[in-house]
Amino acid sequence: MEISVLIPTLVALPLIGFLVSGLFGKWLKGFTGIFSTAVVFISFGLALVSFFLFHPMERSIPEIVTVFPWIEAGGIKVSLAYQVDQLSLYMILIITGIGALIHLYSIGYMKEDPGFTRYFAYLNLFIFSMLNLVLAENLILLFLGWEGVGLCSYLLIGFDYHKDSAANAGMKAFITNRIGDLGMLLGISLVYWYTGSVSFTAIAEAIPEVPSFRYILPLVGICFFIGAIGKSAQLPLHVWLPDAMAGPTPVSALIHAATMVTAGIFLIARLNPIFLSAPQVGHWIVIIGSVTAFFAATVGLFQNDIKKVLAYSTVSQLGYMFVAMGAGAYVAGLFHLMTHAFFKALLFLGSGSVIHALHHEQDLRNMGGLKKQMKITWITFLIGSLAISGIPPFSGFFSKDLILEKSYAYGTLFYGLGIVTALMTAFYMFRMTYLAFYGESRVSSHKATHLHESPLVMTIPLVILSIGAAITGFLEVPHFLFGGVDVLSRYFAPVFLRGIEISQMIVKQPLDAHETGATLELILVGVSVAIALSGIFIARMIFVSGKNVPDAEESHTGAKRILSKKYYVDEFYHGFIIEPIVLLGKFLADHVEKNFLDLMLRGTGRVAVAISLVLRRVQTGIVVDYAILIVFGTVIILSLFLLRGL
Amino acid sequence: MSLWISGIPVEYFLILAMITFTIGVAGVLVRRSAVLIFMSIELILNSVNLVFVTFSKALHQVDGEVVVFFVMAIAASEAAIGLAIVIAIHRIKKTSFVDEMNLMKW
Repeated sequence: MEISVLIPTLVALPLIGFLVSGLFGKWLKGFTGIFSTAVVFISFGLALVSFFLFHPMERSIPEIVTVFPWIEAGGIKVSLAYQVDQLSLYMILIITGIGALIHLYSIGYMKEDPGFTRYFAYLNLFIFSMLNLVLAENLILLFLGWEGVGLCSYLLIGFDYHKDSAANAGMKAFITNRIGDLGMLLGISLVYWYTGSVSFTAIAEAIPEVPSFRYILPLVGICFFIGAIGKSAQLPLHVWLPDAMAGPTPVSALIHAATMVTAGIFLIARLNPIFLSAPQVGHWIVIIGSVTAFFAATVGLFQNDIKKVLAYSTVSQLGYMFVAMGAGAYVAGLFHLMTHAFFKALLFLGSGSVIHALHHEQDLRNMGGLKKQMKITWITFLIGSLAISGIPPFSGFFSKDLILEKSYAYGTLFYGLGIVTALMTAFYMFRMTYLAFYGESRVSSHKATHLHESPLVMTIPLVILSIGAAITGFLEVPHFLFGGVDVLSRYFAPVFLRGIEISQMIVKQPLDAHETGATLELILVGVSVAIALSGIFIARMIFVSGKNVPDAEESHTGAKRILSKKYYVDEFYHGFIIEPIVLLGKFLADHVEKNFLDLMLRGTGRVAVAISLVLRRVQTGIVVDYAILIVFGTVIILSLFLLRGL
Repeated sequence: MSLWISGIPVEYFLILAMITFTIGVAGVLVRRSAVLIFMSIELILNSVNLVFVTFSKALHQVDGEVVVFFVMAIAASEAAIGLAIVIAIHRIKKTSFVDEMNLMKW
């Protein structure tokens, strides 16, 4: 089979799954889960086949698969076309691979949910949108996928729509994302305005060729970066992601850890010629990324809700990725994207398994001692925690360390923030692990009687993901370990070389010129391992040896209260943005609309009524009247014609 | 210049058509019974047919006669439907006088 057939097929499969589950779910019932899962598994299979057919290690030019011409109006020509290259193949493997496992897991997790078929329809639609996003050959199709995942996240976060909290969280995600999308749209418009094209290859070519576009590049970069901030939940648009935990837990794993939130990272990677040629923007990305990483980690320290901890950890890890992307270390960022997809999906599904076993108990204070009853969940969760904390040889260690190394070369301040974040990460992850699985059980007695390991359909994905979280780090290994491995760097080279070439033409000095020596590398690795270990050690002292149980968030005081209140960002937005807008709306509704607009509209209605009161007298309903009118009318018209001489 | 058909001038035919047409229009306007109105309409249509046939003959062109066939076919169907409606209304309102059929009035 050809790639040109495989790619559209693997994109279409989840769409078929969505249509089948969505339209016929009523009759198919439980079968929808299996069907929806199967289509994603097949997509993954096809993605694997296309991966090997593409020969990514040898090939340097992307393959464009045009399905059909889509928009052709005026000067704009947009095709529904897919760009198959190392970057998009990498992304679709993550999306369909991890997506398929999450689908499988959901069959068990959502078994008793009345919205079972609806859930799987949304999930399939999400995969479809995400595939379009990463495979798009142009900005318009990318934007379609971008909005598609936004819509699906709204639908899935607000899945339990009868609960106010879930419905509101869905809206919050959607609206916050829209703010970012404004930047995105401005970026697309600017690119089209200056280059007359929206396809990625044409944009890259326009950078050296169109001087006016080169001049506007920093602005374009900033616009796209705002879009990325919204999607990837960075400061100051991070507020939606923690609230998004109102959705079912596998949704959190899929959307808010493994796929959708990485769209921002992907966008920067895809538009690397723009970002490389506008280094000022890269600097801002590094600043926002590292501050976000630090900020979110501090909030994660005192959260008592198992999913909230993970949510802030996601925001924090995405910050790391942005640091790498901003510093021009794209491979490091994408490396962390993949390892994070594995271990964060694993952690979310693990927490889902705990929540499932405890009948929707999410408070860490009511857990403890679960390792006896839930062995598989415990071991896999531990692997996930070790990976995210950066303990060798688990995957997170290699990817996070690569980012730290790059940030060290970029600026020691950012390295400092990164390393402190790493310390906090290790601490809160193990705080969570210890509180949930170790020590004495604090589970309420009636819940404890039903305590059980999750069914196989849920534990199998956990095991597979934990294997991924454990070993994928070996794709890129620093020099001092078996002479270094750079599979990913070589793999991605063709994608980023073009951008580097272009940027060298323009800014003379490329962004990613930093190489670290082997000794320095060894020191940096030593530091991060020591940091991670000490984080775990502190958590162990407090929560295992000290047997401390965190107090309720309401009883926190001082700095702790600020942290558990998430720095009052939500309250700030509420007071300074939402309230004034609501007040303005109220004013417009009560005064402007009632006294001005309504009067005008009602006046129009009254005039029409008055005219019709007169006109309706013509309609007597008597046939003879009409006949006379017709005859005399005809006579008059004919005589006029005769008089005028036809 | 005037045209002739079998020794009779065309004007005679046209005058006959005009008289029947006028009778028809007058009938439509003054009669109250729907059935009689229908008959008057038939008069109107037939007067028109007569004009068509006359000119067709006088000008040696077949077009007018073709139109007459159409008019006849449509007049027949119109009468069939119209009478069915009249009967249906008569069953409900017990009258066929058109000025009493004013249900659609404001």
